[in-house]
Amino acid sequence: MLVFVGLGLCGNETISLQGLKVARGSDWVYAEFYTSPLPELDLDGLKTAIGKPIKTIDRKTMEEDPTEILEKAKSGRVTILVPGDPMVATTHVDLRLRAARMGIPTSIVHSSSIISAVPGLTGLQSYKFGRSATIPFPDNPSKVPYEALVENSERGLHTLLLLDLRREEGKHMLAREGIEIMFSLESELGKGAFKEERLTVAIARAGCLNPVVRAGRAGDLVDVDLGPPPHVLVVPGKLHFLEEEALRVFAGAPLTNACRGKGSESQSDVYFGRVKEDPD
Amino acid sequence: MHRYKHVSDIEKLMWKPSHVRNIGIVAHVDHGKTTLTDSLVAASGIISFELAGEQLFTDFLDIEQQRGITVQTSAVSLVHTLGGEEYLINLLDTPGHVDFTGDVTRALRAIDGVVVVMDAVEGVMPQTETVVRQALQERTKPVLFINKVDRLIDELKLPPEAMQARLAKLISQFNEIVRKYAPPELAEGWQVKVEEGSVAFGSAKEKWALSTSQMRKKGITFKDILGASREGGREELAKRTPLYEVVLDMVIRHLPDPREAQRLRIPILWKGDLESELGKAMLSCDPKGKVCMVITDIIVDEQAGVISTGRVFSGTLEKGKPVRLVGSKQEARVQQVGIYIGPKREIVEKVPAGNIAAIIGMKEAYVGETLVEAGVEGEGFEELRYISEPVVTVAVEPKNFQDLPKLVNFLSKIAREDPNVRVKINEETGEYLVSGMGEVHLEIVEYKLKEAGLEIKTSEPLVVYRETIVGKAGPVEGKSPNRHNRFQISVEPLEQEVLKAIDEKVVKTKQDNKERARILRDLGWSADAAKNVMAVVGGNILVDMTKGVQYMREVEDYIVEAFSQVANEGPVMREPMRGVKVLINDAVLHEDSVHRGPAQIIPAVRRPIQACVLLANPVILEPLFKLEVHVPTEFMGGAIKVIQGRRGRIVAMEPEGEATTVIRALLPVANSFGLAAEMRSETEGRAIWATEFERFERLPPELQSQVISNTRKRKGMSPEPPKAEEFME
Repeated sequence: MLVFVGLGLCGNETISLQGLKVARGSDWVYAEFYTSPLPELDLDGLKTAIGKPIKTIDRKTMEEDPTEILEKAKSGRVTILVPGDPMVATTHVDLRLRAARMGIPTSIVHSSSIISAVPGLTGLQSYKFGRSATIPFPDNPSKVPYEALVENSERGLHTLLLLDLRREEGKHMLAREGIEIMFSLESELGKGAFKEERLTVAIARAGCLNPVVRAGRAGDLVDVDLGPPPHVLVVPGKLHFLEEEALRVFAGAPLTNACRGKGSESQSDVYFGRVKEDPD
Repeated sequence: MHRYKHVSDIEKLMWKPSHVRNIGIVAHVDHGKTTLTDSLVAASGIISFELAGEQLFTDFLDIEQQRGITVQTSAVSLVHTLGGEEYLINLLDTPGHVDFTGDVTRALRAIDGVVVVMDAVEGVMPQTETVVRQALQERTKPVLFINKVDRLIDELKLPPEAMQARLAKLISQFNEIVRKYAPPELAEGWQVKVEEGSVAFGSAKEKWALSTSQMRKKGITFKDILGASREGGREELAKRTPLYEVVLDMVIRHLPDPREAQRLRIPILWKGDLESELGKAMLSCDPKGKVCMVITDIIVDEQAGVISTGRVFSGTLEKGKPVRLVGSKQEARVQQVGIYIGPKREIVEKVPAGNIAAIIGMKEAYVGETLVEAGVEGEGFEELRYISEPVVTVAVEPKNFQDLPKLVNFLSKIAREDPNVRVKINEETGEYLVSGMGEVHLEIVEYKLKEAGLEIKTSEPLVVYRETIVGKAGPVEGKSPNRHNRFQISVEPLEQEVLKAIDEKVVKTKQDNKERARILRDLGWSADAAKNVMAVVGGNILVDMTKGVQYMREVEDYIVEAFSQVANEGPVMREPMRGVKVLINDAVLHEDSVHRGPAQIIPAVRRPIQACVLLANPVILEPLFKLEVHVPTEFMGGAIKVIQGRRGRIVAMEPEGEATTVIRALLPVANSFGLAAEMRSETEGRAIWATEFERFERLPPELQSQVISNTRKRKGMSPEPPKAEEFME
């Protein structure tokens, strides 16, 4: 039996009671922390809470040599603790499939995820998010985040931009770095989707007790100190009036007349990042 | 009279292209190139005239004097008077030993004409042909100096008629090479002719020479030459018709000035737009145009730092001028400019187009780099074409472990000065592996390290093998470690014609895609494959045959990296691969780039390539030397015994004159070590021979498993090569 248990978004407290129960009842408990960061984690505290040793596994073992885990799962109950919700923005479906091919039963205990925390903290409606993407570090460049933003913006949808992480190198991308990378993609690809004026929301430590949510012009957010990571970015598309109000009230959005539809058309286009195709 | 020339004399002449010649002297080893150079330098008053025959002036490294061969290229500027006019002759000395072929090729780029030195007794030798062929490919015009004519007289005692016949035969052999290798439109015009004075003969050691024009001018006949063998006669001859005068007259009359040469050579050497401002300036060798210079040699000097020598093709090189390095895409500033006088550099203010210049202190430069004035559009010169492959390796380690950083430093310095030296670290054993073109070449590297005060241990020389395939395999599926990315990959043997085109650098990675596609189509490739070449690495080619795979562009670098890894270290015994075509047939990639980074994509591509190679009937190729032995017929048996005892194959044997035989053979590099000692003892020191890399050839099957297990053990691996299954899921 192989169970993926979500640890939620912050420390030891966001695992579900069900998850805790499953872990306590397991023969072996593993945990991975390479797919996403888990702020305020106290691994010893977690071991005490579960009442069992926890073996931390790195990416290499998880992906290239999961034999040990699968062998144990054949005969006993194995729990793998995963930050967030286990199958969101991870590649663990492969391990689950491998287990299934070996005839090992599997299940998932869900927990909170950045995918649901972001609509919660910003007031942006979950129905209205388009493709999300990760902004990678510049040594592994990709146009995908910018292309996703362009596509979503054209359809008036919001874009969630996750930020790259290399735990083994102690590197977490900050919102500021993510914005700078998007600016350079803008100047490279030039479709007008991410200019300095573009309304953007930066979120730090979603799911913890001290989250920071700041909405503003992308160019201004670069200078905002959000505190320690993890950070994510959201680039809103077309705003419903309640979304707009929520951003103002909960995220300090400096919403101008333009956003309320009182300004000129062109200004609000810039602010919402609507892409104007060049005639040629 | 030849008065001492001051830097300022040279500086004035540099500005008159019609009075400048940029030349080199090329020859087979020991044919007397350095002796000739010294005589020419002596004539300009820099070293004493009497000493020139002995004091190998350009061989200024100790090692070169010990061995009597020239190691490194250095430049000299001379002044010569003809018809009352002074001419500036920029002379690049080029090494003759074939272990330094790379230096020769690079020097050829900077010069417009060559004096080919040929030993009157030995005639056309393998390297004579090689260097002349290289010169002709670079459109560098040759004249011929037949040296050691004194030996014809003193040793062979030839009568005048026989001597003339001998010279005529050498000239016609030489002209055959020109006809064979010169661009067709030049082949006739570039034939050397006695009656026109583009051939001279004489003795560099005795410092005399003659050409028909000189004989006419001074009323000298063949009889006079023979008569000069009496006591003191040759000294007299050297005064009457000195070597430098004859050779330099010939150079000025028959080799092109930079303006004429550049009009002919730039369209071949330079790949930029000839209609552009820079193109026009180069075609006309205009000192008022924008600067364009190509670096042909770099020396790292303890005091002065990096010294880059090269040819200024347009504009005027000046201190302080900002320049762009075309290949490495960097900007730099010219700190100091110099010209050469012997091994010394003199700092000057400016060097105009058409001359050889040295730039001091430009750390960014590398050999073969093109410099263009900052802010000017313009392409680089073609990648330099090298003829030789590094086929021999030694492992080097310091005796004292603390010296390791110093050793690493020094090796990288040597590799920078000499692009034919490759340095690599063996990850398993921590040894530094230094590869070069032959035993002698590596002994010189070793010597340089010892000179630097390093105590080192070196292994026996090792052969550099190649891995290749004789069958097809695939498609094999490769998955990334996270299993979210997949590739379908197959391999097949590369067509011989394509491999040849890669060897000749006609097909390469850095090339206009359309041009490469056209060449490959002409060689029989489908239009689809021809236009989708992703990389060419060491005689192997990677082709993207996928159709409309999303995000392919974003992982291209990782795919090429994986391919390069296998091309540089094949799966059988981690030797470089050769003659393998890798096809990416299909791919499926994860949406999000963080799940398809290098750690995912590189193994997903590398492993199926390795599996395919192992499934495609891999075989080992070994390098062969071309060996040419000139041996007195009575000792021929000894030479043949040596060759046959070393797995050599005799290709041809021809009598050469009355008493000598030429043996042409192919000799495995693996069996070439220690050849010199054995050949000397078997022929009582009477054989003259030369080796040169010829080609890679399949190792005899009965030797293959032994070579594989020895090589693997040496590299710290298990003796058995891996199975394909180990690289498959």
